[in-house]
Amino acid sequence: MNYSNRYIVLFAAGLCLALSLVVSTIAVNLKDIQDANKLLDKQTMVLRVAGLVEAGAQPTLEEVATYFETIDTMVVDTTTGELSLFDPATMKIDPRKDAKAKDLSKRTEGEWAKKASIKSIAEKQLVYLIRTPGKESVVFPIYGNGLWSTLYGFFCVKPDLDEVVGIIYYEQKETAGLGGEVENPRWLAQWPGKKALTQDGDLLVEVVKNGKVIDPSTQVDGISGSTITSVAVTYMLEFWFSEQGYGKALDNIRQAIS
Amino acid sequence: MSKTKKILVDPLHINNPITLQVLGICSALAVTTKLEIAFVMSAALTFVLVLSNVIISLLRNAIPPSIRIITQLAIIASLVIIADQVLAAFAYQASKQLSVFVGLIITNCIVMGRAEAFAMANPPGPAAIDGLGNSLGYSLILIVVAFFRELFGSGNLFGIEIMQTVNNGGWYNPNGIMVLSPGAFFIIGFIIWVQRWISPEIQEETN
Repeated sequence: MNYSNRYIVLFAAGLCLALSLVVSTIAVNLKDIQDANKLLDKQTMVLRVAGLVEAGAQPTLEEVATYFETIDTMVVDTTTGELSLFDPATMKIDPRKDAKAKDLSKRTEGEWAKKASIKSIAEKQLVYLIRTPGKESVVFPIYGNGLWSTLYGFFCVKPDLDEVVGIIYYEQKETAGLGGEVENPRWLAQWPGKKALTQDGDLLVEVVKNGKVIDPSTQVDGISGSTITSVAVTYMLEFWFSEQGYGKALDNIRQAIS
Repeated sequence: MSKTKKILVDPLHINNPITLQVLGICSALAVTTKLEIAFVMSAALTFVLVLSNVIISLLRNAIPPSIRIITQLAIIASLVIIADQVLAAFAYQASKQLSVFVGLIITNCIVMGRAEAFAMANPPGPAAIDGLGNSLGYSLILIVVAFFRELFGSGNLFGIEIMQTVNNGGWYNPNGIMVLSPGAFFIIGFIIWVQRWISPEIQEETN
């Protein structure tokens, strides 16, 4: 069959229009559900690291919302150390996105930033103050580069910031079975009870090479066969609790939670 | 065997897209470390392949031959985006783990291959059956590979512990190569061998 050029152009244009309409309608209609999923996933992780939800359990949207009524989400200004209550209705803060926005981020420098491969971070970060009686704690978001990927997680400490409650990773693409074991609950179970920070805000807890733990009060046994991922955990903690990360806000956080 | 049945059954064994035509290998390596993920991927590919075959078959007389490849690609790409969006909305955990691989269905040679080889020349009914057959052939291999990789690589099936691993305080020392891509190559190699051993007629001629 012979097709005229006019037919070909019209066919192509019509096809593109029809397909783009279908795709964009579906994408727009599903956006809310997708965003809700993302938020639910992240909030579940906050609850999990703080020990409010069991490791394997998947709480429903309502359960998570009930928990979050008692949790204060705080905005930390990493430059001044100022703390303020986060209001999702009026504030738009997405530290992961903001880290790339010029006016909302700041460049990082120094040894730990280099070791954790973090070039810039959002000026304003979000931390969570858990006020459930008996389980009071502070949840700090952390991230940094491992061997192949950026590891995103949460680090949870007691109100005095002196003792680790837990650590969790919710997004990473390290080698499955090796570095990927940072998600293994058995490895994460070593963390609770370790000494977290000194009164001056120096990090005490560290991950050491597999089988090289000398002081179990601060040292966490690394994952066998994945030294780089294990050490990356220390690097990102060092960075996030340095003056560039949460360092300047630590005193304010201690006051806010107690 | 009736013609319809042949279209449906052939791709499962004697004309399997992965082990006979050696198409779609990329995702067969990438998403087969866990059974659950392999199932979701299979479902996504089935959705895309059946619908793309039907749509292309419906349009087969309207598509100008000079732009037929890009037309097929546009239709397939749209279906893939829809599959990706739907997964992100209703199977969030699985979509998180599949990440880029749902998007890569666009480049899965099986889909383009069936569009070009079958849908362009046949009515929608047989095209749908052809799409389904090939999807099932693809899914079959993916699930078999994922079964062995998850079982021997992490001691689990569908995330449920079958053999307790040393890391979890058990006896089973997981086979590390199973969770890496080469593990999938070995298993697919075995399947290719077993298939040709069962049905010698599909062995390729050697020169």
